[in-house]
Amino acid sequence: MINNRGLLTGILGKKHRDPISNTSFLLRITICTFIGMYILAMLIWGGGFLNPQQFLDLFNNNAFLIVIACGLTVVMIAGGIDISGGGVTALVTMVCIVYLDDHSGSVIGSLCIALGIGITFGLVQGILISYLDIQPFIITLAGMFFAKGMITIVSAVPRTAAQEAFVTLKQFRFEIPGIGYYGKTGNFIPAKIELGVIVAIAVVLVVAVILKWTRFGRNLYAVGGNKQSALMLGINVRRTKFYSYLLAGLLSGIAGYLYLLHTGAGDAANATAAEIQAIASAIIGGTLLTGGVGSVLGTLFGVLILKTMTSIVVTSGLREPYWQSITTGLMLCFFILLQSVVLALREKGSLKLSLPEWIKFRRKKSGTDSTP
Amino acid sequence: MAKGLNKFARSQLLVPLFALFLLVVFNLIRDIEFFSISIITNNDGNTVLSGNIISIINGASELAILAIGMTLVTASSRGQDISVGAVAAIAGSIFVSVLRGNQITIPIILIAFLASCFVAVMFGVFNGTLVAAFKVQPMIATLIMLSAGRSIAYWINGGATPTVSSPLLVNIGGFIPGIPIPTPIIIMILFGVLIWLLLRFTNLGLYTQVVGINEKSARLNGINAALIKLLSFMILGVCVAISGCINVCRIGLINHETLLLDIEMDAILAVAIGGNSLGGGKFNLSGSVIGAFIIQALTVTLYAMKIPSTAVKAYKAIVIIAIVVISSPIVKEYALQLRNKLFKKPAKVMENCENNGELTI
Repeated sequence: MINNRGLLTGILGKKHRDPISNTSFLLRITICTFIGMYILAMLIWGGGFLNPQQFLDLFNNNAFLIVIACGLTVVMIAGGIDISGGGVTALVTMVCIVYLDDHSGSVIGSLCIALGIGITFGLVQGILISYLDIQPFIITLAGMFFAKGMITIVSAVPRTAAQEAFVTLKQFRFEIPGIGYYGKTGNFIPAKIELGVIVAIAVVLVVAVILKWTRFGRNLYAVGGNKQSALMLGINVRRTKFYSYLLAGLLSGIAGYLYLLHTGAGDAANATAAEIQAIASAIIGGTLLTGGVGSVLGTLFGVLILKTMTSIVVTSGLREPYWQSITTGLMLCFFILLQSVVLALREKGSLKLSLPEWIKFRRKKSGTDSTP
Repeated sequence: MAKGLNKFARSQLLVPLFALFLLVVFNLIRDIEFFSISIITNNDGNTVLSGNIISIINGASELAILAIGMTLVTASSRGQDISVGAVAAIAGSIFVSVLRGNQITIPIILIAFLASCFVAVMFGVFNGTLVAAFKVQPMIATLIMLSAGRSIAYWINGGATPTVSSPLLVNIGGFIPGIPIPTPIIIMILFGVLIWLLLRFTNLGLYTQVVGINEKSARLNGINAALIKLLSFMILGVCVAISGCINVCRIGLINHETLLLDIEMDAILAVAIGGNSLGGGKFNLSGSVIGAFIIQALTVTLYAMKIPSTAVKAYKAIVIIAIVVISSPIVKEYALQLRNKLFKKPAKVMENCENNGELTI
């Protein structure tokens, strides 16, 4: 494993030390790519990209994906994988709509149902994966199949939410003061964000804090980096893995509710391929499937990069639907190769010295092996 | 005798065979006629075998072929190829586009098959290079083709769903006149024998396991680990091309969106249900093939019970979870402890508990 050096040397007190950890290095690449890409898009195509609303729509349309990807990142850092996110999201939308419309339920009740479904999935998958040692891919795949099959059992036809309180909540928008654009008639239209965006940002922040500053979060990195040494350090590996799946399940439930708030429709085709997009975002954001490396902030930017790329493809005139997936594939290929090459070079130590000084602003005198 | 029985009880084939047996018994209780095989004359005037068993084996042939390739990839690279469905769509599109450009004769079908084989193997090389040379996790490397593959097929087909119709293709997808067994079954058996011979008379099987168990020591022993991984991906490419072409012949058209949809998930499941570790290393091809039959038998059973096709997935998931829970080493160990307690045997130290914590994807 490439990434446990920081942890081990930190404990053993050896002087061999990376200037910055792989996690923050990959994160920096991602953020720089996103900013560069967006500025390039603004310069070349202008128009829509200069409109702040279009930037905020990246968040509005993908709040649910951000939340799923956060859960996935947590699981991936611990060395597992969870592909049930999209299925659970779709199941939550359908169950909540049936509850709201057919059983005249309340908004709070539907929220509880959403969280309950998510936690149940996380609980069952977590127990099976961490305490029975079954491969996570199989269990979460079965979870995805189960969720997708259940949707049509709950309701065979697509539904649209009609309950009043919910629709009011759905149409609620925050106006951001001072930012906006001028409409065709010259009037100033303030930029708006949906309720879901605030939840998604809050989730990102909370998960980032958990990963950075709690014992559980650090345990996740240790377990993902090297399970054996984590066990020897006295970390409860099974429980850590279990909590990671539980958290991912809970976040899938939240994501389902956000999806419902955004579209207001329950459909078996909801959130199709969301798990694939979430995995792609996490990878672009610098999370490695081998575990131990990654950050939710990177994942957030991964989602943004993925979606900005889609709108760039559409804006540049490649309107055929297949271009979007082909460019997604190309972009994934680029990032995967970039990470692979960067990590291999860093292993050899040749890239460390060629980094400009401002990138490694954190530790001043690191990277020079000759100093005593 | 007792020793042989004990060995069988430890074998990884026990649970899959038992699951298949349970499915058979369940179907017999539900409908005594379920497994009857009858000889009928089909629309083309051929005498053919017909019945649920035949349709299960026939329907599972693409899946079984893919499961064989997937087992090799899993064993050598410690990961799975999730792009097989998408690459099969590309291979099928190439197959159809070559056929549509020419008069359909047997040589042209062969050329078309070889062309699709070549393309599928090239995509296998692409995935394999990422995995072997760039050390990318297989699932991530193949994610690229998963997201782009069906779009490439769409592009090859020009956005349409072209059809091909010829009695020769019907023979491949259905029955050859004079032979009562569906042709896909024959192809599957031939391919299975071919792979078995390949593994039996070359070192490929051994090397694959060695690379999967410990890549570093394999390299130190002079095995070219990267080449073995690449080879396994290329073999999977051949499997993908064969199953894609069979599927095209079966339906007579290429639909890039539905051709072998979600087959990658089923193929990985077949590998896992067959008792193979998804973490690489030792493998058993017959287990994977049995796994493919279990999945198809389950699907046919659920359809026979008049469960709507969209809801089948939920029931399938429950059965799959039951199978993997029963075959998980920890549950097995508990069962053995329970048996020892009940029959007052001295407790044995199981080797099984050693491989805890090694199962990663």
